[in-house]
Amino acid sequence: MIDYTVVDLSRLQFAATAMYHFLFVPLTLGLSLLMAIMESVYVMTGREIWRRMTLFWGTLFGINFAMGVATGIVMEFQFGMNWSYYSHYVGDVFGAPLAIEGLMAFFLEATFIGLFFFGWDRLSKVSHLAVTWLVALGANFSALWILIANGWMQNPVGSTFNPDTMRMEVTDFMAVLFNPVAQAKFVHTVSAGYTTGAMFVMAISAFYLLRGRHVALAKRSMAVAASFGLAAALSVVVLGDESGYVATEHQKMKIAAIEAMWETEPAPAGLTLFALPGRDGNRFEVKIPWVLGLVTTRSLNTEVPGIWPLVEHAETRIRNGVVASGQLDAIRKDPKDEVARAAFAKSWPDLGYALLLKRYRDDVQAATPEDVRKAALDTIPDVASLFWSFRIMVGLGLYMIVFFATAFYLSTRHRLGDNRTLLKIAFWSLPVPWIAIEAGWLVAEYGRQPWAIEGVLPTFYAASGLTLTDLSISLGFFLTLYTSLLVVMVILMVKTIKTGPDMADTLIEGAAGARHLPELAAAHPER
Amino acid sequence: MNTIPLDYEILRLIWWLLLGVLLIGFAIMDGYDLGVGTLLPFVARTDPERRILINLIGPTWEGNQVWLILGGGAIFAAWPALYAVSFSGFYLAMITILLALILRPVGFKFRGKIKDARWRATWDWALFVGGFVPALIFGVAVGNVLLGVPFGLDATMRISYAGNFFGLLRPFALLSGLLSVAMLVSHGAAVIAARTEGDVAERAWRYGRQAALATLVLFLLAGLWVAVGLDGYVVTSVQNMAGPSNPLGKTVALQAGGWLANYGLHPWTMIAPALGVAGTLLAYVGFGARAWKRTLLGTTLTIVGIISTVGLAIFPFLLPSSLNPAVSLTVWDASSSHLTLFVMLLATVIFLPLVLIYTAWVFRVMRGTVTATSIGRNPNAY
Repeated sequence: MIDYTVVDLSRLQFAATAMYHFLFVPLTLGLSLLMAIMESVYVMTGREIWRRMTLFWGTLFGINFAMGVATGIVMEFQFGMNWSYYSHYVGDVFGAPLAIEGLMAFFLEATFIGLFFFGWDRLSKVSHLAVTWLVALGANFSALWILIANGWMQNPVGSTFNPDTMRMEVTDFMAVLFNPVAQAKFVHTVSAGYTTGAMFVMAISAFYLLRGRHVALAKRSMAVAASFGLAAALSVVVLGDESGYVATEHQKMKIAAIEAMWETEPAPAGLTLFALPGRDGNRFEVKIPWVLGLVTTRSLNTEVPGIWPLVEHAETRIRNGVVASGQLDAIRKDPKDEVARAAFAKSWPDLGYALLLKRYRDDVQAATPEDVRKAALDTIPDVASLFWSFRIMVGLGLYMIVFFATAFYLSTRHRLGDNRTLLKIAFWSLPVPWIAIEAGWLVAEYGRQPWAIEGVLPTFYAASGLTLTDLSISLGFFLTLYTSLLVVMVILMVKTIKTGPDMADTLIEGAAGARHLPELAAAHPER
Repeated sequence: MNTIPLDYEILRLIWWLLLGVLLIGFAIMDGYDLGVGTLLPFVARTDPERRILINLIGPTWEGNQVWLILGGGAIFAAWPALYAVSFSGFYLAMITILLALILRPVGFKFRGKIKDARWRATWDWALFVGGFVPALIFGVAVGNVLLGVPFGLDATMRISYAGNFFGLLRPFALLSGLLSVAMLVSHGAAVIAARTEGDVAERAWRYGRQAALATLVLFLLAGLWVAVGLDGYVVTSVQNMAGPSNPLGKTVALQAGGWLANYGLHPWTMIAPALGVAGTLLAYVGFGARAWKRTLLGTTLTIVGIISTVGLAIFPFLLPSSLNPAVSLTVWDASSSHLTLFVMLLATVIFLPLVLIYTAWVFRVMRGTVTATSIGRNPNAY
């Protein structure tokens, strides 16, 4: 029997470790590219300040990267640890992009990151620049492969269920690679990472300019970040993840939930600006006509279906799934039953819907119409949290476009450094991209529920049969260790920032020593 | 499916070899980092000495660790059932390894940022844990594979597990854990000896020699135990080597000394244990003669020999079940589909040589002895 507390704790642990991990990934994506740009300017112009900029941002990058690696190790193993049925059921498809990510991206990034820090005096200028670009390239390749894997969870293309092995198997690897959902996710996610890197550089440079410290370095950093950030923030929104959401059934459910749209509207549907969504309808809503239909379908006459019609459709699929499940039982009883095999070859895509019934019936063949109805209602994700997360993400995304556009305009007029209001806004905007990104992942993954693999494998059915003790121990240790490390990281980052770029290549001596840093640097060149 | 130019059974065999290559690659590359971490508080006693060790492995350990990450990913992709059963079955052991490994990246990066004795000592012990604990538990896990793991599979391939963390700590498994620690410590010592000078190098020569001897003794002891004290597993039905990956359709029996059957059937495989013994002897003599090239060759061959010995002994098994031997996972019934194995082989053939080339280049750039002076020259040093 499935222990639903263990399932919930497993979900919590995955969400916590993934969301912690994704505090560091976007900064790695954005900052690596910004460092590569800065170092390119150094190599092309030969101006020392650009080398110092690369070194300074590199120091902060390094602290962040260490946390990314620390939290990333867990990600590669926890599918097998906590989601063993998932691993068996879809490993044939899902494992490949993860392995290729290791081969193609992690090795590149991790092998050259050491040379980035330790290679300055061992490599020519151009070779070191190449190393920095390879680190940035590795980080971006890594995003590509993991989002191909994640895209397949949202839209499981190019595969079929094999009754002999009781799992999904790849039939068309190219379809998995060029999954439209994965492509949309990749562009959206790396752009969000670039925006994060740009905001980080803006905020810390603004901190220096407000205090009149390291002005030359901060101004140049801001100029780079403003233009890079504007391009990135625009591409996050324009190339938004939503373009992929029309692809499949549950993606449609996700859109309907994001919009708290319970009934299908005539095309093009209106966008709900504000609402109070409940469990079975909205108590209040304000709509802008047409906008939703235009954004999601990119057309005037394609309908965006509402939640209730999608639930009805799910009911049909569950009933078909029960039939498919019966055919699968027949094949398992007699592997030579060609009639059942032929029928199952057509009906298997609904098999996953029958698994939704496992929550109510061990034997899905015995399911009652009430069970089917309950299972169909389970396909509605939590509307209120999706509705609000999505609005937080979009609101902050639009804010960042305005912010970077203003900064870019001022930067072209060479007035960026003098505008104290903008500098203050820049400093206080530091957490904005992180909030937007975590809200975005909440929409994408919480909105995928109840599915682990959309339409194929329900989340509750995918978990390992661990004990409550196992989960309590692991979750407790992870949360404690991650939170302590996060606190240490923030303290070290703040210290490094306060010490500033002149001292970026010198040691922080602790609170007492910090006042004597210049002398120390002169007195201890061996350090 | 008939467009795939390699037969299913050939691909399964290739992926069994590649699994070995990845595990050996991990043990050789990241293994010395684990060994150095374990030796850190003992071989290096003062802060400048410890910084020498940390900066010795600092520039390259991250790339080395990818062998482990890739190992996880490749087992997921090529042997999904093995990935699912072993990682969930060894749950708390895996959690312990992960928590220890998490300490390494932050330990390297954070330690040097604050010049405070207590701060640095804390991270030194964190780096020790990050080296010793994984080295020990990986060995314990391999020991448990030889003993058989208490897992079951139902008709839908759902996994049940009848063991717990303390159940893993059986005497033979602990012996195997100690062997793993000794092997990686001698390998780490060989790297330290090769690339440092003075007191640090001196201690590495001495400790490394003892570790090499311990490796030899523990390996022989483990071999004896397998021969007389352990039941091996034998497949007693005919397996279709190109059949669907479903481990439920065979029969398996336990047999005293069964893990040595392959060595009797194919005497050429004896080369693996022989390599393990020869490697430890070479390392032992090398440590004594202060000859780093011979020593490093010796510890490397030891790793190749010992891991191959286990792989060949249990072939075609990947993970035997002590709860229900019939559902044991083997090379012929626990792999990915024909297509996935082929696509993954293509990716490996393209990318693995590239990885080896640029890794070699990075090691070349970072070559040379690490001293307090060489560390002082680099503002980014740990």
